[in-house]
Amino acid sequence: MKKANYVSKVVFETIVLFLTWILLTESFATSELIFGFLIALVISIGTADLFTEHGLAHLNPKRLFYLIIYIPYYLYQVIKANIQVAVIVLSPSLPIKPGIVKVKTNLKSDVGKLSLANSITLTPGTITMDVQDDELFVHWIKVEDESVEGATESIVSPFEKFLKEIFS
Amino acid sequence: MGINIIIGYILMFIGAFFFLLSAIGLLRLPDLYTRMQAATKSTTLGAISSIIGIGLMREDILIKSIILATFILLTAPISGSALIRAGYKAKSPMTDKTVVDKFKEKEGE
Repeated sequence: MKKANYVSKVVFETIVLFLTWILLTESFATSELIFGFLIALVISIGTADLFTEHGLAHLNPKRLFYLIIYIPYYLYQVIKANIQVAVIVLSPSLPIKPGIVKVKTNLKSDVGKLSLANSITLTPGTITMDVQDDELFVHWIKVEDESVEGATESIVSPFEKFLKEIFS
Repeated sequence: MGINIIIGYILMFIGAFFFLLSAIGLLRLPDLYTRMQAATKSTTLGAISSIIGIGLMREDILIKSIILATFILLTAPISGSALIRAGYKAKSPMTDKTVVDKFKEKEGE
């Protein structure tokens, strides 16, 4: 994904903020819409460079499609993670085998890496501790594989195939 | 009593149950890192489940509650990640069961 110019960033942020405004006010009165649009525009002009790097490129239909199928998949992983931790916590022998492993990612953009780190944190037994270039350090409550390749395969791969499409 | 009220109660019960689990986890698990696992995961699902449960019972705030749940889902992992790293930098001891620590090798370079 290429870096976008300023106008594209402003338009993208205005769209996002305006949609959020409509959802929050739940009103389609003309005065509300005009006021919301003006506020979204003013904020966007001031903060577009901080808000996004790629601007309108995020609204590519293919990316939106993968984002939409990613959300239920993500929620399913969150629920699975909770049940897994619940089983560990409730079993009398406390079957833990914690450790910090290193995994690698192919994602290039900062937002992509952030999404990957967040997804890892909320899913089965793993918390991201640090991101350095293409390496992520992950605390794993039940280490199954200490090698970089094995850990990458079981921690990163399930998310990367979606995130690659959304953020590449 | 409508079906949405019943689903709302069920979701709120699930939320409370996961809060209870994370409290048990905090008591039972041996070190800071494994406790953070219980704290970040269970409380996120607990909070989301409770909020959406309330949203279903009061339809006028359903959309707002979904937005609120989205923001919790986006921000909770960042705070968990920051806390666990802060704990590591402050040299919080790891449990004896720990099998591997790749982060130490990197920091030691």
